[in-house]
Amino acid sequence: MVSQVMGWIDERFPLTKVWREHLAEYYAPKNFNFWYYFGSLALLVLVMQIVTGIFLTMNYKPDARFAFASVEYIMRDVNFGWLIRYMHSTGASMFFVVVYLHMMRGILYGSYRKPRELLWIIGMAIYLCLMGEAFFGYLLPWGQMSYWGAQVIVSLVDAISPEVALWIRGDYVISDATLNRFFAFHVIALPLVLLVLVFLHIVALHQVGSNNPDGIEIKNHKDPVSHIPLDGIPFHPYYTVKDIVGVSGYFIAYFGIIFFLPEMGGYFLEENNFIPADPLKTPPHIAPLWYFTPFYAILRAVPQKQLGIAAMGLAVLIFFLLPWLDRGVVKSVRYRGTLYKSALTAFVLSFLVLGYLGTLEPTIWYVNPLARVCAGIYFGFFLLMPIYSRLDKTKPVPERVTS
Amino acid sequence: MDKIQADRGRRRLLIGVTSAVGSVGMGALATPFVLSMLPSARAKAAGAPVEADISKLEPGMMITQEWRGQPVWIINRTPAMMVQLAKNTHLLSDPESNKSEQPEPCKNVARAMPGHDNILVVVGICTHLGCSPTEKLKAGNEGGMGPDWPGGFLCPCHGSKYDLSARVFKDMPAPLNMRIPPYTYLDDQRLLIGTNKKGG
Repeated sequence: MVSQVMGWIDERFPLTKVWREHLAEYYAPKNFNFWYYFGSLALLVLVMQIVTGIFLTMNYKPDARFAFASVEYIMRDVNFGWLIRYMHSTGASMFFVVVYLHMMRGILYGSYRKPRELLWIIGMAIYLCLMGEAFFGYLLPWGQMSYWGAQVIVSLVDAISPEVALWIRGDYVISDATLNRFFAFHVIALPLVLLVLVFLHIVALHQVGSNNPDGIEIKNHKDPVSHIPLDGIPFHPYYTVKDIVGVSGYFIAYFGIIFFLPEMGGYFLEENNFIPADPLKTPPHIAPLWYFTPFYAILRAVPQKQLGIAAMGLAVLIFFLLPWLDRGVVKSVRYRGTLYKSALTAFVLSFLVLGYLGTLEPTIWYVNPLARVCAGIYFGFFLLMPIYSRLDKTKPVPERVTS
Repeated sequence: MDKIQADRGRRRLLIGVTSAVGSVGMGALATPFVLSMLPSARAKAAGAPVEADISKLEPGMMITQEWRGQPVWIINRTPAMMVQLAKNTHLLSDPESNKSEQPEPCKNVARAMPGHDNILVVVGICTHLGCSPTEKLKAGNEGGMGPDWPGGFLCPCHGSKYDLSARVFKDMPAPLNMRIPPYTYLDDQRLLIGTNKKGG
């Protein structure tokens, strides 16, 4: 009976073919470690953001007069509204945790190197799209931080072209018109783009195959008869089961935050956003949410406005060039030398320190000078990479993956 | 063979022409969507001038008036504050307000209309990234600004400092002095913000 139904479907839609090519007979390297959880986790978080988002729109009102109150209504009066909203707000921050770790994995093991350049670029496009989602979504609660955060970001555009800023706002200031259209971008436009990009990311991944912690190609050693990579194992059931373990670990952390620390001490939901938006009064201290603070610290560290904006934009976009900046003869950090490892360590530290500095008030004496040093290291990591990655003394790479 | 060649040329031409006409059509179709995002007629109408009453504004006090959704500060500066303004020149990035925006009669040290030198009318938006600065009107250490503070404003977002004529200090993230809006005195007690003309 089942095989009859499957046969009927397969004549009309390649269901069994897709199942085999992308799951049951998609061979992934057998030496994945915990860093390989974050790709599938990102997909899970995306689905959860979409589902919780749908339920939030059932009660949220994208109108400057009602938006703030409708969020409080969701929190207090809607059955389990608090849970759905905290899942969405915590999910937003966790999305960036997962995506930053996913990107870190790519950098550690050289997953952006040939032939995976396009995979990396599509991934970076997803990251940009995600930043847009976070920015547009943050205006919706219409709190003080929503309002003034949007004001700061839109005035970055204003510094380059006042006409474009006016077009984005739809008014002379951030107003009801802005809120309404940001809602449209957040719930319709960008999620559609995001879904298409995620689909393309997976198509590109399955074309080139997964990289692995050794940074070598498993396709170079295939079984002469079956043509299956000798170091590959089918994604299903091996990695589907492994990823479920990752999901369990993720859920423990995620729901732990939701139930015990939903505001994360002001890092996931800022205190000032519990005050309704007031266009006439800026809160005493403005900081974006933690996932934007490294770039915000770079913006503030540059004393000239347009240059600051350029530096901030470059800090994000420079990741796109990574496949061509890296001239190392090995892919994985396991076989790189001290030079590359020191550069990478300095980069990760500078990113974390910048992230912390971006949350502090700029009037503290050490904030901007230290941010300038870190920004120097940050850009140095990328711009000097063609030199140090080539000079680096690498170790011999094994022919087959290590266990 | 010749016939196939001829067909190919024709086919390329037809594809080219169809694509060109199609792109023009797409552009025409996109225009209303792009323009729909500009300020609506209602948003434009909300930008009309507003009146402010300064009869109760004592020296050293400040009031905030909303105009086009932005805060407009009106400050009655004391004689001591006015004396301090001339001494600030060495601290400032654009002391003459050459690059900054203000109505022509206000292009002076006080950045005010002649005859009403003590009254500062300014859009209270930092020229860096559009935050609204905090008032630190009193000179000296009282507001936590250090003993040398001449009185003025501090932007909480990125630390830009301004003096009591809303002129920006040197080496600040903000590039320009805060904007003076067009305004006019209806009489000694009443201001009209948003226009240079009485009854405008």
